[in-house]
Amino acid sequence: MQIYLPIAEVSVNAFLLLGLGGMVGILSGMFGVGGGFLMTPLLFFIGIPPAVAVATEANQIVASSFSGVLAHLRRKTVDLRMGTVLLIGGLVGAAFGVVVFNHLKSAGQVDLLVKLCYVVFLGIIGAMMFLESLRAIRNTRRGTPPKRKKHGWVHGLPFKMRFRTSGLYISVIPPLIVGVCVGVLAAIMGVGGGFIMVPAMIYILGMPTKVVVGTSLFQIIFVTGFTTMLHATTNYTVDVALAVLLLIGGVIGAQIGTRIGVKMKAEQLRILLAIMVLVVCFKLALDLLITPTELFSIGAGGGH
Amino acid sequence: MWRLAAILALMLAPWMGQAEEVVLGLSSDKVAITADFNGSEILVFGAVKREAPIPDEPLDVIVAISGPSSPLMVRRKERRFGIWINTEAVQVDAAPSFYAVATTGPLQDVLAKIEDLRHKISIPQAIRLVGASPHVSDPQRFARAVIRIREKSGAYQILEGAVALDEQTLFRTSIALPSNLTEGDYVTRIFLTRSGKVVSDYETVINVHKVGLERWLFTLSREQPMLYGLMSLAIAIAAGWGASAAFQVLRRG
Repeated sequence: MQIYLPIAEVSVNAFLLLGLGGMVGILSGMFGVGGGFLMTPLLFFIGIPPAVAVATEANQIVASSFSGVLAHLRRKTVDLRMGTVLLIGGLVGAAFGVVVFNHLKSAGQVDLLVKLCYVVFLGIIGAMMFLESLRAIRNTRRGTPPKRKKHGWVHGLPFKMRFRTSGLYISVIPPLIVGVCVGVLAAIMGVGGGFIMVPAMIYILGMPTKVVVGTSLFQIIFVTGFTTMLHATTNYTVDVALAVLLLIGGVIGAQIGTRIGVKMKAEQLRILLAIMVLVVCFKLALDLLITPTELFSIGAGGGH
Repeated sequence: MWRLAAILALMLAPWMGQAEEVVLGLSSDKVAITADFNGSEILVFGAVKREAPIPDEPLDVIVAISGPSSPLMVRRKERRFGIWINTEAVQVDAAPSFYAVATTGPLQDVLAKIEDLRHKISIPQAIRLVGASPHVSDPQRFARAVIRIREKSGAYQILEGAVALDEQTLFRTSIALPSNLTEGDYVTRIFLTRSGKVVSDYETVINVHKVGLERWLFTLSREQPMLYGLMSLAIAIAAGWGASAAFQVLRRG
């Protein structure tokens, strides 16, 4: 069944979008990530204009993270105070990110920036996660207990604040910076930033893993919501028909994914996710390095 | 541009002595883009009305459909620091979003070059490139690139021999409009030629527009972007809440 998307102005197969949403939803349910980093390149691939894909993806992430946060709130695994601090940083970052996005769009480099961001971040995070989970798998085989966390440089900074749910007493500067960085990425790449936020919260801020996912989702709702509004009002690139198709699939997929996830070991899940991230990264890197078959590209004119 | 062509044609008409005229039919003069729009086929058919006997030279028919024109920014990639990035850019002043030319035979045989320039019929004539930046060498490369890319995607079509002509009087052709169609007036022109010279022409418009939900969403997104954005968010929140609620019911049940 073909659906004509009113904003993207392309006709796509509705079942393909439902399936795509479902598949990414399964992965997101299994691994606890938003899935935007996978969805956006897939949308480029099926011919959705990049600007529309990025803006619409932000809208879809609002749905999936809101659903996730409700579940976490019931289990009381959301640090609202930490979430708010991250959010303040995130909103500043998102506003800055949209400005950068629009500036680069007029300079014709937006595709390059989005792709470079993807390659760099997917590469680093994929490789880190791969090595970490490989080590974890080896350790569980050998039976060595995991190492305890130490106090890092983060604890020496001023403006300390108590985060009760996380059991932390740290400076507000690192969470603010993490928030800003994720906000910028969310606006430029159309992702919630969960795959950057989660490792940053665990390794830089030293938060307990059980509150990380919920807190990350809490602030992602607002950052992606804000990004959606900015894209909708400045670029008119949010395609609500596309978003609805994706989130129906995503919501159903997430339920199935969570059930699969429960049956698997944490390290196995992480290593699978790492491999997937690296594959996406490798594919995008090849596109930048290999001589393209068509050197010319067409964009909307009249801007200058 | 069309107006100019039309005025030119009117001026030329008397001394060409429009001995032959086109009587045209279209399978539809409106294309409605609905939610399940998946391309459309337009059947263009008609007859040649004449008072005098058929001249000796064989008659040829050219049908050209042009979508709404808009300026484009065409960019060229170059290898810098080992990766491919956009370097040169040229603004093409006007290029139609869709362009199809159907003829009874090879275009170079049925249409003389001078007539093509006068009536702007072939695909390269449909693209206007005047104020190209002086920093770019050979800006025509960029116009050619537009044609190449859009021919590949099916937005520009050259259908030589696709017009069927019976007894030098009845002609018909069908032109496929792709599924990623933009809105606007699609100018449809029919030219009758004899040994490369245009002897008569006719122009009409096919109106392509979004209808129903498509129309409503598109208008809302442009005229009430704030409301549209809030609506998108409301849908997302509702869906997220719905999923969470359904999840709980499933787990309990």
